[in-house]
Amino acid sequence: MSPHLTVARPDGRARNPLGPKLMADFLQRIAERGDVEAFRKLFQAYAPRVKSYMMRQGADANTAEELAQETLLTVWRKAGLYSGEKGSATTWIFTIARNLRIDRLRRELTWLPLPDGHDEEPSADKLPDELLAEQERKVRVQAALAALPADQHEVVALSYIEGLSHSEIAGRLGLPLGTVKSRMRLAYHKIRESLEDLK
Amino acid sequence: MKITHHPEPESLMSCSAGSMPEAFAAVMATHISMCPCCRKDLSILEHVGAALFDSLVPTSVVRPAPVIGLRASEAGTGEVTPATSRGDVPSALLPVIGEFLNDVPWTRLSPGVWQHQIALSDGDRGDLRLIKVSPGYALPEHGHSGSEITLVLRGSYRDATGVYRTGDVADLSEEVEHAPLADAVEGCICLIATDGKLKFKSRIARFVQPLFGL
Repeated sequence: MSPHLTVARPDGRARNPLGPKLMADFLQRIAERGDVEAFRKLFQAYAPRVKSYMMRQGADANTAEELAQETLLTVWRKAGLYSGEKGSATTWIFTIARNLRIDRLRRELTWLPLPDGHDEEPSADKLPDELLAEQERKVRVQAALAALPADQHEVVALSYIEGLSHSEIAGRLGLPLGTVKSRMRLAYHKIRESLEDLK
Repeated sequence: MKITHHPEPESLMSCSAGSMPEAFAAVMATHISMCPCCRKDLSILEHVGAALFDSLVPTSVVRPAPVIGLRASEAGTGEVTPATSRGDVPSALLPVIGEFLNDVPWTRLSPGVWQHQIALSDGDRGDLRLIKVSPGYALPEHGHSGSEITLVLRGSYRDATGVYRTGDVADLSEEVEHAPLADAVEGCICLIATDGKLKFKSRIARFVQPLFGL
């Protein structure tokens, strides 16, 4: 495995001390009444991870810190778009960080909208079984990622965490482009299979 | 609109990671805006990104949370919902080409073939353009030195790999050679991203290639 890869596997990772339910509640409180305390909690939970993410995407520590601040400010401003039925708070914040990276680090247009920002209504209260399904999906995605063969996990992580395109991954690993693509395709099918019976 | 050709999974994955060259991300985002099935896939893949993001070892943040205005009205209002098109241009493309395909400032390439180049950010090495082919006309047979993703925006075309209708995507690898033929009645308008120059096969096509800028 490449020495550049240090994404912790689920067993040894630093866990988010605050549960997904709590995170979703914080977002809700921000959206509904501009709850500054909820924002502070969310910042403490996510800013350090966003900073790590930005550094892995090639930002220096200062820039990464600025982008972490900006990501969380965007969370504050756009909390009304967050729809609890469709995704976890982490997924939503990941997409904000991803789009900000494209905009700031690559200085490109961000073509993908934030999830639920365009064809969904802003969030209503979540039903308990939706929360359960969300938790179940999260566990399955993590398990499917952890179960991937090392060579497949590697290309997926290089794509998401280091922000490398297919051909950049091929260059980094010294592999033919087709091999990179087929490893990603295999990984995708395994992850999809593990979610097959979930709605 | 019944979409039968979708992007390859590895393209969706790279797209959800935000790791695609801009030209390709543009075609993917436009297809996704037209295709509920790929929207669902994308949302699953965003959870994959989130799971990897979640497993990063946190780096301590030096500065505290930004001091934000205490007025609730500042929070949660979100962005203005993206414009919806009154014309035939998918929402993702509205900021770059306007609402109507007919209003695009087309440049004639050859008999029956028109194009419009879409500007990308500085430093992007990809190429993004609209191609309009009149009913019954064909693009010269070509191969690719890199990848190519084509999305049909209006009408349809066929080549050796099948028939592509509005909303369909042809996600081609380097080794594919094809000679797309536009529908005899409607013609075809496509959005095409490439990361390498197209390679035309015949001598005549190679001769005109510099004029096309393809």
